[in-house]
Amino acid sequence: MQFCGQHRKITTKYLLFLLSGQTVFSTFNNHTGKTEGMNEHHRENTIIRMFHVYKRYGAKNALVDISIDVRKNEMLLVTGPSGAGKSTLLKLLYLGEPVSEGQILIEGINLSRISNKRIPFLRRKFGIIFQDYKLIPTKTVFDNIAMVLEVTGESFRFIQKKVSSVLRTVGMEGKLNAFPPSLSGGEQQRVAVARAVVGDPKIILADEPTGSLDSESASIIMGLLKGFHDRGTTVIIATHDHEIIRKTKGRALYLKEGSIQSEDVKPTKKRPITI
Amino acid sequence: MKSGLIIFFIKRAIQDIFNNRFLHAVTITTIALSILIVSAFGLFLSNAGDIMDSWKKGIRIMAYLDKDVELKQIAELEQKILDLYGVADIRFISKAEALQQLKAEMNRQTSLFEDLKENPLPDVFEVQMMASTQNWEKIEVLAAQIERLPHVGGVEYGQHWLGRVIGIFNLFKFTGIVMACIFFMASVLIVANTIRLLFYSRQQELEIMRLVGATDGFIKAPFYIESVIQGILGGITGILVLFVIFWVITSNVEQDFSAGFFNLRFLPVGMFLGIIFGSMFAGWLGCYLSLKQFLKV
Ligand SMILES: Nc1ncnc2c1ncn2[C@@H]1O[C@H](COP(=O)(O)OP(=O)(O)OP(=O)(O)O)[C@@H](O)[C@H]1O
Ligand SMILES: [Mg+2]
Repeated sequence: MQFCGQHRKITTKYLLFLLSGQTVFSTFNNHTGKTEGMNEHHRENTIIRMFHVYKRYGAKNALVDISIDVRKNEMLLVTGPSGAGKSTLLKLLYLGEPVSEGQILIEGINLSRISNKRIPFLRRKFGIIFQDYKLIPTKTVFDNIAMVLEVTGESFRFIQKKVSSVLRTVGMEGKLNAFPPSLSGGEQQRVAVARAVVGDPKIILADEPTGSLDSESASIIMGLLKGFHDRGTTVIIATHDHEIIRKTKGRALYLKEGSIQSEDVKPTKKRPITI
Repeated sequence: MKSGLIIFFIKRAIQDIFNNRFLHAVTITTIALSILIVSAFGLFLSNAGDIMDSWKKGIRIMAYLDKDVELKQIAELEQKILDLYGVADIRFISKAEALQQLKAEMNRQTSLFEDLKENPLPDVFEVQMMASTQNWEKIEVLAAQIERLPHVGGVEYGQHWLGRVIGIFNLFKFTGIVMACIFFMASVLIVANTIRLLFYSRQQELEIMRLVGATDGFIKAPFYIESVIQGILGGITGILVLFVIFWVITSNVEQDFSAGFFNLRFLPVGMFLGIIFGSMFAGWLGCYLSLKQFLKV
């Protein structure tokens, strides 16, 4: 019942949004400094669209009125102090948590309308590096990574080849049969990266991918993520590491107490945007 | 691809059974004990049924005639009995013949008969039934039909003891079915409990699997395979143990005791398959009940 009411609210907002001549977009454009003509192009290339999204945990507002569009092959940095809602924002995308209000569209699929049966297929679009890694302690590094391909029913031969290749990419080929608890934090994080990318996802969600790493390991991982971005993957990184924010080219979203405080676009090599 | 996936699941399930071997050993032992008890009862019933059948095969209806029935009437009566449905053969034993037979059987006590002025025995028809009629209810019906015919004084077919034995046998059968149901439920519950424990112990893993895009079916399948394997292993173990016990007993006892009387047989194929299928189904059902509780989103 509550759900229905919520839906109605959302639809009214949508109508208002359409009638008001894309007020939302114009605010966006003010921020990003894009020209009016880019609207159509922008919309076509949108892979993630969040529209007046709220997330509440009980009385606590974790996210407040978030509206953002993420383009295909964009590098988006979500920053902000601890507790700002960075992880929550990512969780909403892969349905780790339901939204409290508002709508999210992933490749045109409305997450509030998706059936339980479709959720696994939605999640396969994402490669997720969790803030707490979420590796299975009782399974080997190989099995942890292979799982992503097993759920899609790939053949064992293919899985073996693919897992070996991503492990080489992250420099963990020697730890194939190790169990996660026996690895250092940095090694675990690299395994987490390998698992996130092994399924060739369209979107990589990286939650503090350099969390507790020394700067050397951190730059290895960032290099990997940039490499996937260069090959066409959309990458969203949640981090409060200033070093990363400074060095990484792309859009940076500054969150504070659940709402967007500012957006900041830095030129990328691939897609130069003049400010 | 599909068959590859099934093999993958079975491998996973076997690996998981191995990883949790203590838990599974307890479950399989419990199922095996249930199966042992139920199938032992089944074995007893199937053999008792065999013996009962062999007894029933020997049953003849003895129709005692009234005194002073004329020969012509006897011939008519013979035809009437032969016309009844289910009668295979009939033999007339005159009272003189019967007396002679009695005397022959009791040759030491022939003096007993010397004082007899008159033959006290009646004429008798010995009625043999067709194979299809050798069923207790049909025998009773046929006997009643014969008794209603003219000049028949009475019928006898061992009802006093055989009827009672059959009654007891049916009671045992009923008890067996009730027992099988109870042990079936026990097996279902123990499997359900095992799956619940496994589920709890793997919750973190399953949650991660879901996050990387595993469908419900993918998550459930190994549990189902594990519980069906538990059921089958429990069933086979139980029956194997029963077979060993049966073999030990029969190889020691048969020669000196039961040789001529009856042939003990192990479970008939149908019952054997039924028991294995039952324990398999118990495994499946236990898993179903357990997962239903967890996965209703
Ligand atoms: N499951 C939850 N139940 C209740 N409150 C939660 C839950 N998850 C997050 N929160 C709250 O929501 C707010 C945002 O949390 P979130 O994890 O998104 O922050 P964050 O920006 O990722 O922080 P950090 O940089 O420390 O990872 C926090 O105040 C947190 O306490
Ligand atoms: Mg976080």
